[in-house]
Amino acid sequence: MYDELKGLGFTVITVAIDKSADDARPWIEAAKPTHPSLIDTTHVLADLYNVVNVPTILWIDERGRIVRPNDVAFGTDTFKHITGLQAATHLAALRAWVRGETTALPEARVRALQSLPTEADQQARAEFGLGEWLFNQGRVEAAARHFARAGELAPHDFTIRRGTMPMRGIDPMGPQFREMLGAWVKAGNPYYRPLAE
Amino acid sequence: MTGTKFTVIDGGRAVDLDEAEGVARATTAGASGRPVAIDREEHAAYLGVSAADRARVLSSLEAPDFTLPDLDGRLHTLSAYRGKKVLLVAYASW
Repeated sequence: MYDELKGLGFTVITVAIDKSADDARPWIEAAKPTHPSLIDTTHVLADLYNVVNVPTILWIDERGRIVRPNDVAFGTDTFKHITGLQAATHLAALRAWVRGETTALPEARVRALQSLPTEADQQARAEFGLGEWLFNQGRVEAAARHFARAGELAPHDFTIRRGTMPMRGIDPMGPQFREMLGAWVKAGNPYYRPLAE
Repeated sequence: MTGTKFTVIDGGRAVDLDEAEGVARATTAGASGRPVAIDREEHAAYLGVSAADRARVLSSLEAPDFTLPDLDGRLHTLSAYRGKKVLLVAYASW
């Protein structure tokens, strides 16, 4: 997809929200991307764009304007049975936008679809930030307290609740994650929140 | 510097201050509406950005700029891609 569209004034920028470059390294080395493939250990992107889970995608136009706010899309259908999302749907829309065959969403629609952070979300991000700094000082237990507090403040923020699991000695694919996910879904909450478009 | 060191992380940068000065900075930031995470036992505080500030920028639809490293430590800035359409993808190994 990228190779097909890159000549049309288009780029992909991927950002790995991980605790270290080494966590993201195997993924990046396997994909051998020719577009910028960045590492965000301190949740810079999550804080700026109110990213609460992965994958999250946005479209930004030539003028640096957000024309499709935080959405869920996958590059492949690996998780289709869980998410119900077909990779082809987003790819077709993206291809048409890049080729100029369609315009992106009108500004009013983008704003209506945006999810803006609350004070609790931002407090959670501050707790995460302190925890992440403490973790890198070797203050692992103190860090875990702040990660837990952050998760309580923003229970829908899986960049915090799941993303900090590797810093708390928890397997982010393991039973504790499945238990957390099960409780979240059982309470009627979606794990993925694709746009209603 | 005298007395106990206190680290204030502000705008992603950690600065070591005296305890009293550090706590005062955290208190001032909190009073101005910024989210503050403080740990007196660990002598550290993180000063965040308020929901109002983040929401104002996001609803302007101007894509917030950022600079992040790639695997080789080379820095990339979003605004350097002005003039191109960008698909921004956040993902993770977890």
